[in-house]
Amino acid sequence: SSPPPPPPPPSLPNLLCPSMHGYYWMFELSPHWSQLEDDEAKDRFDVDVSVTNPEKVGDGMNAYMAYKVSTRTSLTMFRCKTFSVRRRFSDFLGLYEKLSVKQSLHGCIIPLPPEKSVVGMTKVKVGTDDPSSVEFVERRRAALERYLQRIVSHPSLLQDPDVREFLERDDLPRAVNTQTLSGAGFLKMINKASDAVNKMTLKMNESDTWFDDKFQEVESEEQQLRKLHAVVDSLVTHRKELCGNTAVFAKSMAMLGNSEDNTALSRALSQLAEVEDKMEQLHQEQAASDFFIFAELLADYVRLLGAVRGCFDQRMRAWQRWQEAQSTLQKKREAEAKLLWANKPEKLQQAKEEITEWESKVTQYERDFDRIGMMVRKEVLRFEVLFVSMHSELCFCFKFQLIKFWEAFLPEAKAIS
Amino acid sequence: MTSIDESNKEKFRSVSVDLNNDASLLIDIPDALCERDKVKFTVHTKTTLSAFQKPEFSVPRQHEDFIWLHDTLVETEDYAGLIIPPAPPKPDFESPREKMHKLGEGEATMTKEEYTKMKQELEAEYLAVFKKTVQVHEVFLQRLSSHPNLSKDRNFQIFLEYDQDLSVRRKNVKEMFGGFFKIVAKSADEVLISGTKEVDEFFEQEKTFLLDYYSKIKDSTIKAEKMTRSHKNIADDYIHISATLNSLSVDDSTKVEGRVASDQELKLTELLRYYMRDIQAAKDLLYRRARALADYENSNKALDKARLKSKDIPQAEEHQQQCLQKFDKLSDSGKKELTIFKGRRVVAFRKNLVEMAELEIKHAKLLDFYELFKNELQK
Repeated sequence: SSPPPPPPPPSLPNLLCPSMHGYYWMFELSPHWSQLEDDEAKDRFDVDVSVTNPEKVGDGMNAYMAYKVSTRTSLTMFRCKTFSVRRRFSDFLGLYEKLSVKQSLHGCIIPLPPEKSVVGMTKVKVGTDDPSSVEFVERRRAALERYLQRIVSHPSLLQDPDVREFLERDDLPRAVNTQTLSGAGFLKMINKASDAVNKMTLKMNESDTWFDDKFQEVESEEQQLRKLHAVVDSLVTHRKELCGNTAVFAKSMAMLGNSEDNTALSRALSQLAEVEDKMEQLHQEQAASDFFIFAELLADYVRLLGAVRGCFDQRMRAWQRWQEAQSTLQKKREAEAKLLWANKPEKLQQAKEEITEWESKVTQYERDFDRIGMMVRKEVLRFEVLFVSMHSELCFCFKFQLIKFWEAFLPEAKAIS
Repeated sequence: MTSIDESNKEKFRSVSVDLNNDASLLIDIPDALCERDKVKFTVHTKTTLSAFQKPEFSVPRQHEDFIWLHDTLVETEDYAGLIIPPAPPKPDFESPREKMHKLGEGEATMTKEEYTKMKQELEAEYLAVFKKTVQVHEVFLQRLSSHPNLSKDRNFQIFLEYDQDLSVRRKNVKEMFGGFFKIVAKSADEVLISGTKEVDEFFEQEKTFLLDYYSKIKDSTIKAEKMTRSHKNIADDYIHISATLNSLSVDDSTKVEGRVASDQELKLTELLRYYMRDIQAAKDLLYRRARALADYENSNKALDKARLKSKDIPQAEEHQQQCLQKFDKLSDSGKKELTIFKGRRVVAFRKNLVEMAELEIKHAKLLDFYELFKNELQK
């Protein structure tokens, strides 16, 4: 891939103009995010994945976008050093499905795939080449790329046969029953992912309080996130109720208008009924867009948190490995001492070799641990930077929702008077 | 303990129009105290009429006093041909009180800011209920004072003037009438509908119209109330969301405001509710007239029977005459009342709808401001 451009300074991201449905309130996190992830990919293993060349396949409602997934690697477990395949969105979802079943096996958080978007895709299928659908495809492409990059940066996941199959195999069997990853299902999945993390707790003698403190912060942020999710759920329910009630009310007002014997008043009441009816439609749209906007932002937030927790997780494992190596080394030394006593020269030689081996392992694992510790620090600091901008985006989005809520009444006011 | 001021009252003075214009008798409720459940209204009167002892005076009154006044008026024979203004409903603080209770229970689970915000919302709700009840009681009195007949009622004057506690009088009245009228009220609609033959086309039309309109407006009121409740729920949700977002923020610059006003819906609901009660009062008038008609028809039958038996004819004739007179009197005044009522209702509705639209336009102006704010951020 081409050398990455220098990262822009963290500041309030550009606000894109919302499309008619407001689905594209995805603020420009990606320059920061993908830039940072590029760095990470180089930090870790020799696998570089990119998603490019979106192409529409087929026509009408059965059409879909196919992306080129290219891999460049020096690892021997792959057949070639560079290769590429074509994949469609449901394939990515299918990969997630397969991996999430094996979550406990990998002992790490499975990165979440991007969300399905019915409206976005419909526009693409229908073939409008307007800027918003081009934008949509580009966002999706970027999100899919980030998703794959996160997967391959996990040493454990990289080993997974499903992942390799996804990257390498020319004709992948079509994924069926991919969970509808939009709407309530998506947020449920987010919660599941968080729960999985909570179950993985390793006790560690934390010498460095910095890590402990940061972990606490991340955990408390996660709690707030859940709360936010619950309230957003409640908001959506109440909006639906409001829709229903407004519709029913509008009908009732229309009936009242019919009963009214004063003609001018009757007309006014009927108009009011119409207005209320329109408001109901607006409320419905608002309910849908409320949900999607927030869900997308929350989802990104969760992905961020997930990445950070994943790091903490990795650090714990590295520590564990180091500790285990140390205790193994200790045992080997004890064994050697015993052999010295027993005076068995051949076994002694072997024991000395094992000790040397384990000594180097201990050193290496300690270095790994330190290295990962530094990575965690970097990750957390990145997170904090992104979080500030992310949070202000959430707030702004929320403010905008309030405005739209009021906006709904504007044209109707003119209608009545 | 809460009280209100003049400027706030203006906002709520909407359901009726053209009241309290006659300088000979001006009534208002400038002040009210809320202690737990009981609301104490200060009824203030300014008058040029000689029937009163002083030109200006104030008395404290409770809700029960208003009910007493209403009931005595309803039970007065002389006013059978009039539409008695509907009694103000009892002050209902149940909903905000329940919410306050829930809030207290859930205090531990929310942040200080969230709790404060919710508390503020609830206090605003309390205040709104309070203002509404003051207004509705005030309108009741003003309807009476602007009615040519009712304003002269002796009990009304006592209500306005008597500077002692009215509870003694209230007890007496209850014993005397025993709520007789209330018991019969339930079957009133049946009498009207199953109906006496209606000779007068005006009343036939009115009857049909009012019965139909009443059921429709009742329906609309219930649905409007449901809608308002949904709106409130959403407003509460917004408060929770903004509080949660704020608790995540690193500094104060990213605070959000979670308030969503829905004045226009409140107004509409109030209007519907008020006219629902008013139409019930008009229906009551029709009912009384229908009863009078039934009495008249019965007296006719009794007269025929008496003539047949040749017994007690003079009494029967006299009774029949009385019934006829009563019926005619009710029909005359009833016609006048209903015509005035119709006009008043149309005017009030129109005024209300206009005010609603103006309120929404005001909101829209606020939206322009937000638009500018948004553009600034995008630069």
